[in-house]
Amino acid sequence: MGLLSKKDAKLIKDPLLDDNPITIQVLGICSALAITAQLKPSIVMAVSVIFVLGIGNVVISLMRNIIPSKIRIIVQLIVVASLVIIVDQVLKAYAYELSKTLSVFVGLIITNCIIMGRFEAFALGNGPWRAFLDGIGNALGYAVILLAVGFFRELLGSGTLFGIPVLGDPIEKTGLYSTGYENNGFMLMPPMALIIVGLIIWVQRSRNTTLIED
Amino acid sequence: MANKTDKNSYTILFAIVMVVIVGSLLAGFASGLKPRIEANEKFEKQQNILYAMGINNNVGTGDVAFISTDSVSEIFSKFITKQMVIQGDQATEDEEAYLIDIKKESTKAKNGDYQRRLPLFIGQKDGSELYIMPVRGKGLWDAIWGFVAVDKEMIVQGVYFDHKGETPGLGAEIKQRYFMDDFLGEQLLDNGAFQGIKVAKGNNDPKNLVKDDYEVDALAGATITGDGVSAMLKKDLAMYVPYLKTLNN
Repeated sequence: MGLLSKKDAKLIKDPLLDDNPITIQVLGICSALAITAQLKPSIVMAVSVIFVLGIGNVVISLMRNIIPSKIRIIVQLIVVASLVIIVDQVLKAYAYELSKTLSVFVGLIITNCIIMGRFEAFALGNGPWRAFLDGIGNALGYAVILLAVGFFRELLGSGTLFGIPVLGDPIEKTGLYSTGYENNGFMLMPPMALIIVGLIIWVQRSRNTTLIED
Repeated sequence: MANKTDKNSYTILFAIVMVVIVGSLLAGFASGLKPRIEANEKFEKQQNILYAMGINNNVGTGDVAFISTDSVSEIFSKFITKQMVIQGDQATEDEEAYLIDIKKESTKAKNGDYQRRLPLFIGQKDGSELYIMPVRGKGLWDAIWGFVAVDKEMIVQGVYFDHKGETPGLGAEIKQRYFMDDFLGEQLLDNGAFQGIKVAKGNNDPKNLVKDDYEVDALAGATITGDGVSAMLKKDLAMYVPYLKTLNN
């Protein structure tokens, strides 16, 4: 990170680990449960959020001195909503299948608390470059968890990664399945994402005890 | 600075300017991408129609796999030999019958004596002729729709169902193969009288071996979606019966 000063680098690095929006701030859980049954939608969701949060933070930061404080939340909502509509339309035009899998969840980026949270907590008080880094950092922190959850859910739930079978064929009983292994259908259900997130939180906090609140 | 942005007049002006800018930006985006989005929707319809007539990339008992988007137009024109529009007693050929919006048609048909335009697709597969009809109805939360392919005797040769917002894991399973495949071979006519196919609970035939009971086994936990499928098949397919009967004469 030679390009970034130490302070700027922290903006990217912190949300990835010790200030992760999902596992530490416990924001954006809803979408983390809903779309992580497979890796592919997880990646698209992650990329969409990186786009929306990165650009949104910059836009809000540029406008921070002219936004009337009385309607600042509405202005923030409009910025998120417009960016989300753009993402939605682009997906429909260039990745139609995916947009069907993600369906309502793209629209739900609007309600992803991480985004409004970063606008309000960071972009309104910082310059565009720092706001951009903060946005990207938080979105990446979100992405890391999404991918981890998506990886385990797809692997254990369907025995595939990106739709490609990696554990053998469950019907022909080849590979791992010949030993009597079965896919765990539970993994495809949204609540299992919560359990995986819980496990991640557990591991993270037992490694770094300063994260544990009283 | 704080004083200026706190004024009501400034707030209102800001809101107006913001709305105009955002509005025109989004309108520009939407109309720029519209042709591509419409093309995608067209391909999807073609894929669904082909799926119903058994032309798909399904492997074994795996997931639903459509013909790929790149080749669907070509394959569609190869297998769908004729597209018809039935309106009352009239049946005319129409190259773009698959673009008819059956939701709009059914709304129009509710008011007064409008004769619904019914699209019908005639496909050729393995030397026999298939008739594919669109259906649309209500599930638990939102619309459900699909395509049903039958042969001359009105025996089901394939179906495709889709939905807008049924519960994942329950009603949403209507688009899974284990549900759709149950319809294969089911009869719709009982000695010439249209029966439809009922999605039945407490079915005596859960393995679906009997094909002339006008029933398929229901999905557990999806009663209302299942009833919606039954109603949709009964209502929409019935409209085609008069025409399909003329084919046997």
